[in-house]
Amino acid sequence: MADAIQIPDEAETRARWGAFAWTAENAAAAQDIIGRYPPGRQQSAVMPLLDLAQRQVGAETNTQGWLPIPVIEFVARELDMPFIRAYEVATFYTMYNLAPVGRYHVQVCGTTPCQLRGSDDVMRACHDRGLKKGATTADGLFTLSEVECLGVCANAPMVQINDDNYEDLDYDRTLAVIDALAKGETPEPGSTIGRRASVPEGGPTTLTEMVDENHDYRGEWAA
Amino acid sequence: MLADKDRIFTNLYGYQSWHIDAAMKRGDWDDTKALMARGQDAIIDEVKASGLRGRGGAGFPTGMKWSFMPKEPKPGKPNFLVINADESEPGSCKDREIIRHDPHRLVEGALIAGFAMRARAAYIYIRGEYIREAEVLFAAVREAYDKGFLGKNACGSGYDFDVFVHRGAGAYICGEETAMLESLEGHKGQPRLKPPFPAGAGLYGCPTTVNNVESIAVVPTILRRGASWFASIGRPKNEGTKLFQISGHVNKPCVVEEAMSIPFRELIEKHCGGIRGGWDNLLAVIPGGSSVPLVPAHEIIDCPMDFDALKELKSGLGTAAVIVMDKSTDVVRAISRLSYFYKHESCGQCTPCREGTGWMWRVMERLRTGEAEIEEIDTLHEVTKQVEGHTICALGDAAAWPIQGLIRHFRPELERRIVERRGESSFAQAAE
Repeated sequence: MADAIQIPDEAETRARWGAFAWTAENAAAAQDIIGRYPPGRQQSAVMPLLDLAQRQVGAETNTQGWLPIPVIEFVARELDMPFIRAYEVATFYTMYNLAPVGRYHVQVCGTTPCQLRGSDDVMRACHDRGLKKGATTADGLFTLSEVECLGVCANAPMVQINDDNYEDLDYDRTLAVIDALAKGETPEPGSTIGRRASVPEGGPTTLTEMVDENHDYRGEWAA
Repeated sequence: MLADKDRIFTNLYGYQSWHIDAAMKRGDWDDTKALMARGQDAIIDEVKASGLRGRGGAGFPTGMKWSFMPKEPKPGKPNFLVINADESEPGSCKDREIIRHDPHRLVEGALIAGFAMRARAAYIYIRGEYIREAEVLFAAVREAYDKGFLGKNACGSGYDFDVFVHRGAGAYICGEETAMLESLEGHKGQPRLKPPFPAGAGLYGCPTTVNNVESIAVVPTILRRGASWFASIGRPKNEGTKLFQISGHVNKPCVVEEAMSIPFRELIEKHCGGIRGGWDNLLAVIPGGSSVPLVPAHEIIDCPMDFDALKELKSGLGTAAVIVMDKSTDVVRAISRLSYFYKHESCGQCTPCREGTGWMWRVMERLRTGEAEIEEIDTLHEVTKQVEGHTICALGDAAAWPIQGLIRHFRPELERRIVERRGESSFAQAAE
């Protein structure tokens, strides 16, 4: 995205990442991914491979990873496609980080359904813990972003941190999540009020038999 | 109220395991071979007769869409099914529940739908942010292969069929069917001009049908229970069950499967514990996700929640993502935030949308604070009309409609802010 922070192709970046190559495990994963697409259509794999590369950079730097230019070049070479085609994919989609992020990438949803349920409070809690939008904290722990609708609207407001969601938040529960992460703990993902998925709070209004047993409704179809 | 036995997504809330053995006990993959043995045309006819309309927002008849696919694919040009799980419309969160809790409904549906349209394979395009959901989906597909339900001679039917999962990486526009195909081919997600339509030249230039997750996942149950069962639910031309996603100012936001055409009041009372602060506190509702115009309280309270009834209110059912706003809402800010969303998500291909979404958002922000002239409301409305219908895809329309809805129903509120703001500044001048 045009408004995202981007690291240019500097000598330092090239020195650090110029020799990027898959780990043995990721090399196998990459082959598996390319196999999902018809022969000669390996360019289809560019999105999953960029994701894989970003995760490998993350693992090597103990962060959520990013895509230095030499790494994008590597992916383009792997798929036998021009660099610019891989680069335009990397810059088009929001989940590719074009600059380093912290160990925890805190992505607060700010779109209307979350806004109506109090995403301002979630953002305020982040600010009160020293997180700044578009920046990484000095200790390298947290990067804060405001993102567009993450499709968890019935559990709003929410935040996605790395690969997990924290849902049904308010100011205090947001603080609790951030504080736990800062202490090195892993808070239980999902609803922070103990709600089961998107069930109405207090218990389901439908399908109550399913709560305790794997109910098969087919026997009742004829009735 | 819809009876539990008539609900399709019985494990919607994930109280039970999503794994294949548990799913089979609930009826998934039950003699799929026999369903396929009915024949491709018979399956398409059954889906047509059920009245199923696409669940992704547009409401196009699903069976008819399938019938556009070539009956005899040319060599080297196989048919493809692409399943749209790029659920990104603000308010929508139903496909997520299907994928993480009832994935085998979807995977079995992919096989049956793919078989019916003579497809060689299905690609399920899931939005990148659904990370845990994608993990479940990958695993569910693997389970189906391990049981011999997918791959060569799928389910012993003699038909070869593959299902692949493809993760997106954060772009709302990829939910548009031709942008999705571009993205699947490894490009930026910029929509294609139509024609050619995907049924003629879609993925890799081959005939392709793109269907929403929910449209595909309901198909096995429709075949098992018969088109007449599905068609008996809801009003004519709006048949079936539907996953409603209620967010915003209700006491208990939730996702729930209900009969199509359920009145708004009943939906909210039965499942959401009513409107926050009571029914008198209801201001407006966006009934189908961010792209459809809002509807003021008095118009929607007794409205049946279906395609045609909401169209009569100059709005739409969309994905049945119901965003409820009570009287504490800053409604101008709520819509302005949607304008920001469309500005952020415009792919930049067409000038009216690329420039217009940003322009509209900036004017919306000034209307929010009242820092504008009354005439600008008309100018804004005119600009929305210039964006609408002048772009390759519907994102331009989707950006225009919420603003048009706001002006249609809340013009006095916009004017009040401008007048009040002016009053303040003239007061400040007088004081100087």
